[in-house]
Amino acid sequence: MAGDILVEMRGISKRFPGVLANDRVSLSVRAGEVHALLGENGAGKTTLMSILSGLYRPDGGEILVEGRPVVFRSPRDAIRAGIGMVHQHFRLVEPFTVAENVTLGLDRPRFALHLAAVEQEVARLGDRHGLKVDPRAQIWQLSVGEQQRVEILKMLYRGARVLIMDEPTAVLTPQEARDLFTVLRQMAAAGRAVVFISHKLQEVMEVADRITVLRAGRNVATLEKAATSARELARLMVGREVSVSYQRTRQAGQEVLLCLEGVEAMGDRGFLALRGLSLRVHAGEIVGVAGVSGNGQRELAEVISGLRPTLRGSIRVGDTEVTGCHPARLIACGLSLVPEDRLGTGLVPTLTVCDNAILKCYRHPPVSRGPFLRRGEIRRRTRVLVEEFAVKVPGLDAPVRKLSGGNLQRLLLAREISARPRVMVAVHPTRGLDVGATAGVHRLLLEQRDEGAAILLISEDLDEILALSDRVVVLYEGRIVGEMPAAQASREEIGLMMAGIELPKDAGGGGQA
Amino acid sequence: MDWVLAVSICQAAVTAGTPILFAALGEILAERAGVLNLGVEGMMLVGAVSGFLVTVRTGSPWLGLLGALVAGGLMALIHAALCVGLRANQVVSGLALTLFGTGLSGYLGKPVIGVPAPSTFRTVEVPVLADIPFLGPVVFGHDYLVYISYLLVPALWFFLYRTRPGLHMRAVGENPAAADAMGINVGWTRYIYTVAGGVLAGAGGAYLSLAYAPTWLENMTAGRGWIAVALVIFAGWNPLVALAGSYLFGGVDALGLRIQAVGTVVPSFFLSMLPYIFTILVLLVSTRGGRRLGAPGALGLAYDREGH
Amino acid sequence: MRLRLERRLDVPTALVWATPVVSVALALLAGALFLALTGSNPAEVYGMMLRGAFGSRYGTTETFVKAIPLMLCGLGVGVAFRMLLWNIGAEGQLYMGAFAATWVCLSFPEWPAYLLLPAMLAAGMLFGGLWALLPALPRAYLKANEVITTLMLNYVAILWVSYLVHGPWRDPAGLNFPLSPPFPRTAWLPTFPGTRVHVGLVMAIVAAAVLSVLLWRTRWGYEVRVIGESPRAARYAGMNVERNILLVMLLSGALAGLAGACEVSGVVHRLQHQISPGYGYSAIIVAWLSRLNPWAILVVAVLFGGLLVGGYAVQLAGIPAAVAYMLQGAILFFVLGGEFLTRYRIRLVVPGEVAPERRAAGAAGSGSAPGAGDAVAPARNGRAGDFGGN
Repeated sequence: MAGDILVEMRGISKRFPGVLANDRVSLSVRAGEVHALLGENGAGKTTLMSILSGLYRPDGGEILVEGRPVVFRSPRDAIRAGIGMVHQHFRLVEPFTVAENVTLGLDRPRFALHLAAVEQEVARLGDRHGLKVDPRAQIWQLSVGEQQRVEILKMLYRGARVLIMDEPTAVLTPQEARDLFTVLRQMAAAGRAVVFISHKLQEVMEVADRITVLRAGRNVATLEKAATSARELARLMVGREVSVSYQRTRQAGQEVLLCLEGVEAMGDRGFLALRGLSLRVHAGEIVGVAGVSGNGQRELAEVISGLRPTLRGSIRVGDTEVTGCHPARLIACGLSLVPEDRLGTGLVPTLTVCDNAILKCYRHPPVSRGPFLRRGEIRRRTRVLVEEFAVKVPGLDAPVRKLSGGNLQRLLLAREISARPRVMVAVHPTRGLDVGATAGVHRLLLEQRDEGAAILLISEDLDEILALSDRVVVLYEGRIVGEMPAAQASREEIGLMMAGIELPKDAGGGGQA
Repeated sequence: MDWVLAVSICQAAVTAGTPILFAALGEILAERAGVLNLGVEGMMLVGAVSGFLVTVRTGSPWLGLLGALVAGGLMALIHAALCVGLRANQVVSGLALTLFGTGLSGYLGKPVIGVPAPSTFRTVEVPVLADIPFLGPVVFGHDYLVYISYLLVPALWFFLYRTRPGLHMRAVGENPAAADAMGINVGWTRYIYTVAGGVLAGAGGAYLSLAYAPTWLENMTAGRGWIAVALVIFAGWNPLVALAGSYLFGGVDALGLRIQAVGTVVPSFFLSMLPYIFTILVLLVSTRGGRRLGAPGALGLAYDREGH
Repeated sequence: MRLRLERRLDVPTALVWATPVVSVALALLAGALFLALTGSNPAEVYGMMLRGAFGSRYGTTETFVKAIPLMLCGLGVGVAFRMLLWNIGAEGQLYMGAFAATWVCLSFPEWPAYLLLPAMLAAGMLFGGLWALLPALPRAYLKANEVITTLMLNYVAILWVSYLVHGPWRDPAGLNFPLSPPFPRTAWLPTFPGTRVHVGLVMAIVAAAVLSVLLWRTRWGYEVRVIGESPRAARYAGMNVERNILLVMLLSGALAGLAGACEVSGVVHRLQHQISPGYGYSAIIVAWLSRLNPWAILVVAVLFGGLLVGGYAVQLAGIPAAVAYMLQGAILFFVLGGEFLTRYRIRLVVPGEVAPERRAAGAAGSGSAPGAGDAVAPARNGRAGDFGGN
């Protein structure tokens, strides 16, 4: 199985302003292997692979392809050397067809496009590798899984021998992921090499032959799968043992604080994104929304917080009917949204910590008096907030874009929690955060719940949902397709429901509380 | 309204529409590659004055045209260097280009204001075709520049949708990150098409000073560059629609002049307003809730591979 | 060894203010080179401009006369730009302001000054504001691009004034020139003794003061700043973005309209067909050079007023006044280019050597720092406007 070394990276360093993303990292990839690159968010995995695929230039170190040193000035050079990368955020031109995307960037034929020939070849490659997709379809018409296939086809079409996949399963259902693994194993068996970036231990153990662990920009170890265990990998990845379990302190209340009934709403593309969604969250309860991203999560959060119009159905916060209300009114009703997009929606990057701290309360005394803002009061409040929630800031007048991801989220949560919301909708609250920051955010959410708030947790991390939630609902194509108490939930069942497969036995009872 | 008048207005619509058409085709190129260039007015003016000056010097309108193309291209190069090279704000840079072009053309053209062109592009009727009733004089009774613009439209359409460089350029305008990942040089692509856009704007200017007017007057474009920018939106970034749109705008312009010639002075001001009001209406109709159909996805946005 | 660009996390304040100064100097240098190449003597031209603008009592006061509309329009444009509203229409709003003031004056010539002047100024502000509201409505509710609409309305406004002075308002005693009848003395804005500088200067200073209080000390100003930096965050915070677009454009147009009213009432004392030599356009540069800071706008407007007066001065020597516009454009080019240096750092990179800066994010436990994150998103220049319909 272990073939010749195809690619070797030696002592690669890469610095971004303020951060050393890769510090003398070495990696060798052999023909015929699936090589996992394991590490936490921010460990430097993607940076390393962006260097290998020619997108970034290293500040130090060298790359050898089949023993010969190479310098990649652009992705084109890397592709010529047989190295292709499938990015986590697909690099596809949406209004173009599959065939147009596949032929993009090639230099033959030089002038006229012969799309028919490309279409034929794409169909042939798809058949051979189990990557079925219509070559004439436009990208925006395809599902996320199909788009990923197009990305892989793009690389195969170019004769890539080394395929880099960046967190490919983040957007897939467990079943889709399994299909992908089959494809990847087949490609390795045919003599290609696959580099698989992931932070999920389970899938790494499932698909990889060898595993390289990165931590804080350095490589910690390279191990044969057969010679290691998930536990060892976890320890290497975070540098300490972790165990995730949280204790409940009290029972959920009976009062329904958030209630959605038959809600329908449009997505950005003009299709119905929410199709008759019903949901209840009680006081002192966390309800986790599981689902593959793109099944209506964003729209659900936006509809509840008044940022997206509701076409049909009703939304209530407590006893108040809030369907179609302006966000300002919802804030006044005690609704709080922790948005997916922290810096840009939740916080304004160029404004100061003080300015950001009053984003939700600037209208009311004591922060303002009449039309005027009270600067002294604002500073005082912000200082208290920053201290109480242990937000590390360079200064109260520093623009918040200088804060790290964890501290941004702390500041955001500090502001939201200090408003004592009755209902909180948290969307991907820990995405991109390291272990320490994640634990901090989790603690804050649990404290909120214990205070009696109703929390709707929307996350693509199933582990997070299972760890925090009291109940789990599964969102599929804009509907709740299943519901169960978190204590009784199995990953397998949730996975099937996330893929839209109805369970034969009565597991959820149709999504009503 | 008699037949002769109708023919002459339609013929004039083509003539008046041609400078706008050149400029709009150029702007389509730049915008399809993702660069918004609001300096069309300035580039046209500099093209017009350069074309006129070279013609006065050499006596050849063809050399004048060449001069206009080069001048328009150089103007666009400033915009490209600022917006692509230095990632400056495209809106402000375009405005600066218009202002700069207005000043530069006024400065350069001062000595030749009111001087008649020694030689111009004259009407060359296409044999046989020009004898077709109505269509003949309207379509085939023009100068070479108009015929060039006829050829340019389908050529550009073919280039955009049926060739590899066209595909690459559209990819750069839609999703530069995707194009970059596939080895397309985003910076160069944007440079090339921004400059090409300036060259065409220069041609539009040359048409004004060497065929339409033909003389040099300060600010002689009178907002045609801005109309071209609006026309690109109206046309949905499609050269074929831009052709129809240009003649529509040209027709409004021509009608205004005719009525001015026949009637009193007063309503002519209102007729002169028509193209501008029409442009606004077109913009409103084609906007429809913010999603301008066919707008390149990355229009107006700087691309920075390692940036955040 | 090679050069590399890095986005700055931290912009030194000194650099923020030094770049425009250095940029203006470089632009003048480039202008000199151009003048020399085209056969003019740059030292002579610049000398003439400088003497014309600041060399005499008359020149200096004229500079201030020109600076007043630039200040008012610049403040108006600046407040709109702060909310990413590209109001290119200050020129047209100025014309509508001039029109409205004239209308009041011609309709009620018998009113005493204390009634007539405020009425004229108010009418100017009202019409300037309404003229800006016209493109603001489709911008707010249809997301129609305001660059084109405000600009097109400039031409409409200018043609409208042309129509009036050629037609219904033409002065019968005006020898067929396109001029309105002269205003009565009661419609003249008071001037500083012995100069043509009118009280519009005081109004501009007051406007700058009001604007800075509005922007930095009030709830409304806070909303404007949040919307300008991130409309998504503003919606999220429950702000009414549409209403604020209308209000800001109304204010922006009102300031330009006031400039127009001041011009007819304070300087020319009648309506004529070229009431402005492009104040509305120059104001855009003034606002941008001042980084939208109201106080800086006042100062830069004086410099640009000087450039205009200097432009007229060189005309006497046979050099076209268009030189002034050319220089304005060139200055803006250099300022735009210079901003690159405030956003990026150019660094010499020696391969193999890595500066021992902060360790990667995880080590400090500070969360994902920029650059080390897993997503490599294309940079989207937020200030580039919203073309492409977001």
